[in-house]
Amino acid sequence: MLSWLIKRLLMLVPVFLAVSVVIFSILHFIPGDPIDNLLKIGSSPEARAEMEARYGLDRPLPVQYLIWLSNVLQGDLGTAIVARRPVADLIAQALPHSLRLGGLALLFSTVVGVTLGVVAALSRDRWPDRAIMGGVLVGSTMPSFWLGLILILIFSVGLGWFPVSGARGWQSLVLPVLTIGLGGTALVARITRVSMIEAAGRDFVTLLHAKGLSPLRIQLRHVLRHALIPVVTILALRIGWILGGAVTVEVVFARPGLGTLLIKSLSQHDYPVVQACLLMLAMAVMLGTLMGDILQALMDPRVRAAMT
Amino acid sequence: MTAPLRAFRRPQGGLAGGWLILVIAAALAAPLLTPYAYDVQNLPQAYQPASARHWLGTDEFGRDLLTRLIYGARTSLSVSATAISISVLCGMVLGAAAAWFGGWLDRAVTMVVDLSWSFPEILIALILVAIIGPGTIGVMIAIAVAYIAQFTRLTRAQILTLKGETFIEAARSLGAGHAHILFRHLLPNALAPVLVSAMLATGDAIILEATLGFFGLGAQPPVPSWGGMMSAGSALVFKAPWVIIFPGLAVAVTVVAINLYGDALIAELDIRSRLRREA
Repeated sequence: MLSWLIKRLLMLVPVFLAVSVVIFSILHFIPGDPIDNLLKIGSSPEARAEMEARYGLDRPLPVQYLIWLSNVLQGDLGTAIVARRPVADLIAQALPHSLRLGGLALLFSTVVGVTLGVVAALSRDRWPDRAIMGGVLVGSTMPSFWLGLILILIFSVGLGWFPVSGARGWQSLVLPVLTIGLGGTALVARITRVSMIEAAGRDFVTLLHAKGLSPLRIQLRHVLRHALIPVVTILALRIGWILGGAVTVEVVFARPGLGTLLIKSLSQHDYPVVQACLLMLAMAVMLGTLMGDILQALMDPRVRAAMT
Repeated sequence: MTAPLRAFRRPQGGLAGGWLILVIAAALAAPLLTPYAYDVQNLPQAYQPASARHWLGTDEFGRDLLTRLIYGARTSLSVSATAISISVLCGMVLGAAAAWFGGWLDRAVTMVVDLSWSFPEILIALILVAIIGPGTIGVMIAIAVAYIAQFTRLTRAQILTLKGETFIEAARSLGAGHAHILFRHLLPNALAPVLVSAMLATGDAIILEATLGFFGLGAQPPVPSWGGMMSAGSALVFKAPWVIIFPGLAVAVTVVAINLYGDALIAELDIRSRLRREA
């Protein structure tokens, strides 16, 4: 297990390098020069050159990349050009908000999604199944920012239960978590249902029935265990998808976080901040996939056996 | 190609297909359907709720919401459908080439696809729009690129399974060249699952287009798009909630219809297992 884990971690290194090259180079294609925002109108070319030198923008791109990468690896994400503060500070401020939101949304969609999926699979083709799958379809087709605004309209404006925006107290988390979570719930419920139905057709289930175990016990103790493996795999692969949902939802609810920071710095052409945000999201995606692999190994003896 | 027609005979497929035809027809015939123009302001009529004159009410400039919704369908549907067509074409070429030739080409394509697969489409699209610049064309290209990975992956997997079939071996032993086998034998057989998933992806693309529009990056005013209308409506959510409710409903209902019709089509074509293998 340990040697597998080390190998798996080492495999992340080339992926990380590839991602970092992409993130670094993409942003240099973005039109709009952040230096223009800093210089007073009518500044001399010398002032401009001095400003470029201060941020290292006058050196060739590969050199800029290597300097950037070595700084990043030392935890120095550079200085925000527009906000004029260390990027690491901005990220450190935003990250906990996004992690809390994303984590709770993930938890919500797993718990609710698996429950709905199990109920739908157990009542296959009867009305609870149809109602759940119908709701899941509708839930997954609503744009998340729209759903967020409608929830605000109903629960904040209409009923006054939760605040409209901001990030103060747990009440402000309920609607954003619900908004992101509903999309994820739909995905989890659909996969759980399909893999429950698939697992229920396996030979070992027939055997358990023949042994005379109660059908509900078979479903919940044996079939569900089997069915959860693909759920974990897909959930881990789609962690980035939940974070992507966080980006839009943070903007709708005017919450601090990586998403709001990313959108703001994209519009201000603040390269270092955008790079750092993307890097954080990419790392979250990679760690998510890694965690999915580990969980899968812990849950599935066949995978564990193949690892050693 | 009777499967798309047969899908209409299923109850869900018929209902969903009917809605899609209605939306497409309305988008095409927009000027004939409504007495109003989508861009003429009429300030005394601003913020009107639904009435006999304005079936869905008016927006902050007094423009008829239903008119803008119908014209918005033009933008949203054409942008999404064009974008997905581009990504299907690119994805099929890349995927087929990777699967057929194998070797370093396959490894390179798979690596890039896996890499972009782990990033949510919305992030890829956001960054691309930032590079290309906002507007209809920028959004179209951004969506197209964001979905290439999906179709490359699907085509590659289809071709890989087909490659080992006897009829391909037969074609090869008869002396058929690469191009002949790829275009005459492999791609036609891989087409059905790819086209169905393209249809489902168009639904996702409509949502993505609306999201980019919501950030103000899509079609620029006064040209309406569903996302752009919601972007304007989000500021009015307390004063005139209908301005944002109806475009969102249009997106949701249309995407549900695409999914239901797609499901009926999958059942008709009997390709569920071929699609699931790639999910």
